[in-house]
Amino acid sequence: MPCCVSGKRKVIGMQKDSVLEMRGIYKTFYSVKALQNVDFTLREGEIHALMGENGAGKSTLIKVLTGVYSKDAGQVFLKGHEGPISIRSPEEAQKAGISTVYQEITLCPNLTVAENMYIGRSKGILTNWHKMNAAADKILESLGIPAKAEQQLGSCSIAVQQMVAIARAVDMECKVLILDEPTSSLDESEVAKLFRLMLDLKARGVGIIFVTHFLDQVYEVCDRITVLRDGQLVGEYAIENLPRVELVSKMLGKDLDDLSEIKSGDEEANIGSEIVYEADELSSVAARFPFHFSIHKGEVNGFTGLLGSGRSECVRAIFGADKVTGGKVRIDGKDIHIKKPRDAMKHGIGYLPEDRKRDGIVGDLSVRDNIILALQVMEGFFGPISKAKAEKFADEYIKLLEIKTASTDTPIKSLSGGNQQKVILARWLLTNPQYLILDEPTRGIDIGTKIEIQKLVLKLAGEGKSVTFISSEIDEMLRTCSRLIVMRDGKEVGELSGSDLTQSKVMSTIAGGAR
Amino acid sequence: MKIGVDKKTRRLAPMSDTNLLLTITIVVFFVMYIAAMLFIGRGFLRVQTFFNILNENAALIILSCGMSIVMIAGGIDISVGKLTALICMSAAVNLDYHGGSVMSTVLLSLAIGLAFGIVQGALVAFLDIQPFIVTLAGMFFAKGMTTIVNSTQFNVQNEAFVALKNTRIYIPFLGSVNRRGVFVPAYVEIGVVVAIVTVIVLFFILRWTKLGRSFYAVGGNPQSANMLGINVRKTRFLSHLLCGLLAGIGGFVYFLHVGSGAPSHATGAEMNAIASSIIGGTMLTGGVGNIIGTFFGVLSLSTIKNIVSLLGLDDAWWTNITVAAMICIFLVVQSVVLLRKNKNS
Amino acid sequence: MTIAKTGEAGLLKSGSIFRRQIFIPIAALLALVLFNLITDPSFFEINYSLNSAGDPVLSGYLITILDNASELAILAIGMTLVTAASGGQDISVGAAIAISGSVVLRVLCGDNPRPEEMQASILTAFLVSCVVSMLFGAFNGTLVAYFNIQPMIATLILYTAGRSIAAWINNNRLPIISDPSFGYFGSFLPGIPIPTPIFIAIICMIIIALVLKFTTLGLYTQAVGINPHSAKLNGINPAFIKFITYVIMGLCVAVAGFIKVTRFSTINYSVVALDIEMDAILAVALGGNALSGGKFSMASSILGAYVIQFLTTTLFKFNVSSSALPAYKAVVVIILVVLSAPTVREKLGKVWKSIQHARTGKEAA
Repeated sequence: MPCCVSGKRKVIGMQKDSVLEMRGIYKTFYSVKALQNVDFTLREGEIHALMGENGAGKSTLIKVLTGVYSKDAGQVFLKGHEGPISIRSPEEAQKAGISTVYQEITLCPNLTVAENMYIGRSKGILTNWHKMNAAADKILESLGIPAKAEQQLGSCSIAVQQMVAIARAVDMECKVLILDEPTSSLDESEVAKLFRLMLDLKARGVGIIFVTHFLDQVYEVCDRITVLRDGQLVGEYAIENLPRVELVSKMLGKDLDDLSEIKSGDEEANIGSEIVYEADELSSVAARFPFHFSIHKGEVNGFTGLLGSGRSECVRAIFGADKVTGGKVRIDGKDIHIKKPRDAMKHGIGYLPEDRKRDGIVGDLSVRDNIILALQVMEGFFGPISKAKAEKFADEYIKLLEIKTASTDTPIKSLSGGNQQKVILARWLLTNPQYLILDEPTRGIDIGTKIEIQKLVLKLAGEGKSVTFISSEIDEMLRTCSRLIVMRDGKEVGELSGSDLTQSKVMSTIAGGAR
Repeated sequence: MKIGVDKKTRRLAPMSDTNLLLTITIVVFFVMYIAAMLFIGRGFLRVQTFFNILNENAALIILSCGMSIVMIAGGIDISVGKLTALICMSAAVNLDYHGGSVMSTVLLSLAIGLAFGIVQGALVAFLDIQPFIVTLAGMFFAKGMTTIVNSTQFNVQNEAFVALKNTRIYIPFLGSVNRRGVFVPAYVEIGVVVAIVTVIVLFFILRWTKLGRSFYAVGGNPQSANMLGINVRKTRFLSHLLCGLLAGIGGFVYFLHVGSGAPSHATGAEMNAIASSIIGGTMLTGGVGNIIGTFFGVLSLSTIKNIVSLLGLDDAWWTNITVAAMICIFLVVQSVVLLRKNKNS
Repeated sequence: MTIAKTGEAGLLKSGSIFRRQIFIPIAALLALVLFNLITDPSFFEINYSLNSAGDPVLSGYLITILDNASELAILAIGMTLVTAASGGQDISVGAAIAISGSVVLRVLCGDNPRPEEMQASILTAFLVSCVVSMLFGAFNGTLVAYFNIQPMIATLILYTAGRSIAAWINNNRLPIISDPSFGYFGSFLPGIPIPTPIFIAIICMIIIALVLKFTTLGLYTQAVGINPHSAKLNGINPAFIKFITYVIMGLCVAVAGFIKVTRFSTINYSVVALDIEMDAILAVALGGNALSGGKFSMASSILGAYVIQFLTTTLFKFNVSSSALPAYKAVVVIILVVLSAPTVREKLGKVWKSIQHARTGKEAA
């Protein structure tokens, strides 16, 4: 077993300074081995990163720990408990002092903010609204969360909802706090706030398990790293003993030079002179964009800006995902009107949405049906694609994008996030668009797939397609885009290309003259 | 933009969906009733008319409360109408054929309701069967059982029961002066007292108890509720159990009002209960609703029926068509209001 | 997590016959056949005789089942689509059948409720009722698709008003058609021994099979039912697809209503097709389709309709009175639904596996 790197010997019972130990955990889903003999140790007052590619088993391990899944074999020890404990439901996990904040909001939007913080854990039968609201407001204020206790949660923005979830966990006086990708919907200032909070809790002796895909964040706050791969433990490391490159190679299981070689630097040569898409003063029901935007043949450009800067709303307006209310659009120099997605598709635009689960996948449908969906719509209501043909398309793209799926008949929801994203990509590639919009195609996806997607983007551009690429990771954008449009508050505040494409320049443009 | 909205919400927390729909319902009821008093006059000016609405609908109020609770918890129970008929028939048979006492009849009614609630709740919560199908089977079962218990209609003669049935509780200081100039005090039946107590108790449960809030959480998002440490299965089970129990109470109150057993009793009561809940602002999607709203929902529904019949459109079809039109208007208003509200935030 | 698995038809992947969706109605049907074979094999006898008009007819319980299930099977088609696309059910079909039947009679009779001869051709009457039913379907569809009202609640409106509207169409009179050719559609065509409704049902099934094969209706309804946001971003108009399924439901209602009135040559507004919506929804559920929408199997739903009729006829044969019938039906339905519940099936599957394990273990030894 490739384990026990930090010179730790296996002992029966718990070590003195650890709050949580998991030993030899096994879990199998429908004959897929999600976890095999995984060990995990969390010490008091440490921030412990749990790293691994998508499908490595991080989420499964956490769900086993919190009682969402039952483990097939293995033991869990928790400080203050004699012998192994069994946690059969999230309720029991909470009572045992294990709190979790999930990547997806797992709160009830129809309840108030305060209720969401206290429900399921208050003692007694009755709810004291006055006391509860006062307590909630106090916590919200101390954490600087812009929400009121008696506000309905559904009326808060996603970021605020996420922070309410953290506030709930913080207030539970937990021994173990699990943060499962909490930062993916937060902007930088919010992330900073969260980190301050995490360090504060750490000082109070709380053990924090931090799951994230952002390497920077790991090296910023974590003390230790446990790496999983394909449901198996790779090892546990102290952060200072594990340089970044080594971590990545441990996660991928191979040495990685790809990271640096990805941008060859001369794709600018491929950019054609003709403008593929052009928009003036575009506006949709979601926002107005008072600027001119155009993209050339074979160009990769990007929209960047903080969360809420309007970058996603802007591309949604281009595709007609939100109802378009005004503006002039030209494709190949001809004036056209795009009112709904169907119009955009007819003109050769493809759009990979930001929220994969909500807007991308059709969960219960097979991988095959998900791949052909967009092409099918373009073929029209009376031109169904035959099963044989669909099978052929699906096989072709599963091979091309190396999608890991049991068969073309597998429902897409049983695939890992990265593979789901590849299926959505396949869906749009199949329609052979001349202009492809990718909104956060790499969010919540492991590094290996991220690089594959970045390479694919450059390859598409090489083939003469135009791509708009949006990512919250700036270095990713710098690697792929030849031009960056910087947005703030729904306005274009800068356009960078060539030698201006550096991290610092982008940052200062995003921040604007304010700093 | 998002940030801007957050600033706004800091100043004034917007009304929750539940309270918004409740407000609409109450306003509509009062507007309707006052309009009826002004333009139709006649009966609507008499206080007793209002209390008669209560007398006629005490059972429906209780049934609708149960329906609202299952709907808030994300389920539905379409068995309550036929269950009421079954309870009436069983109660009548117990009183007249088996010489049962009133007390034993009450217990029998509650037991039947509770049994339905437990079985349906268990099937829904622990075997993950869709509530619609479970309660559909429950409805069929109750319908068939009613005629198996006794297939013909008959009036109960038991004296103690008849005395109870005819008990009137007079409301002090309220009433009207009849043609001869004599003051006639307004009265309610016992069932109304039961109904109002039920409404108050349930309002309290839904607003202030852990269980009540769990209903909302589970109805709003069962996965989240599970993650928040709520026992979703138990909560769902209890919602159906409570609905069954309330159907038991409601069934007896219905029996107390009509004083007979018949297979045709309470026909369509489940749909009236659903309609009342909807008008009262409960949403079938779960997580939104209010017992006070349901109470006003029942009142609105029967007021519109009264208005139709007082207008002289006495044919049965007019009542149905008007009620349907009213549900339609309410639904459209609710959907438009919620859509607009969600667009703004 | 079992909660997330509720009614996941998609989970039951093809492969093992036990996991296939159509297994549920087939198993139920086999169980009923077996039960009848054991108790009374004469159940399956089919007789050939001449009816009063001197035409050859087939009779027997099987024929009765096929005949009487026709309306239900046709409604199951529409109900399956409505369920798949909108994740809810249309509870107004019984009332809508009363309307469509009433329209047929109104067109045929004109103002005279006892006409000597029909005032219009049967085809005209049928087409008019199709249009009217589709309009009412469009009304339901508008509420569901464009006002985002839950289907059950939206169709509650027509459920409440439908039978009253039906009565109003004929001024609350009960017209009777004496022309025998009208009755052909509800009983037998001269010279053909098989009841006509069976043919009508088969034609409907063929049409829906062709529609599902030569259009993308199936894929669209499923995509919309599973994830309307995603469907929209792929160029599908979710509201329109939902709307259109209700219009199709209206068409199914018109056909079923036509069969209903031709069976009796008259109509009773308050009784005709009473509670048939419950049976139609049951057919969809017995077919293993999730009532919350998404993936569907049309064949399973239609088979489900026949299972229900088979059950009803079997119970009638055992002299269960028609008013007590629902109680027995409920018991059988609960047994079927419990056995087909995902959690129960999972457990049964495990038991089955361990039995097979034990057996292979023995063979190896």
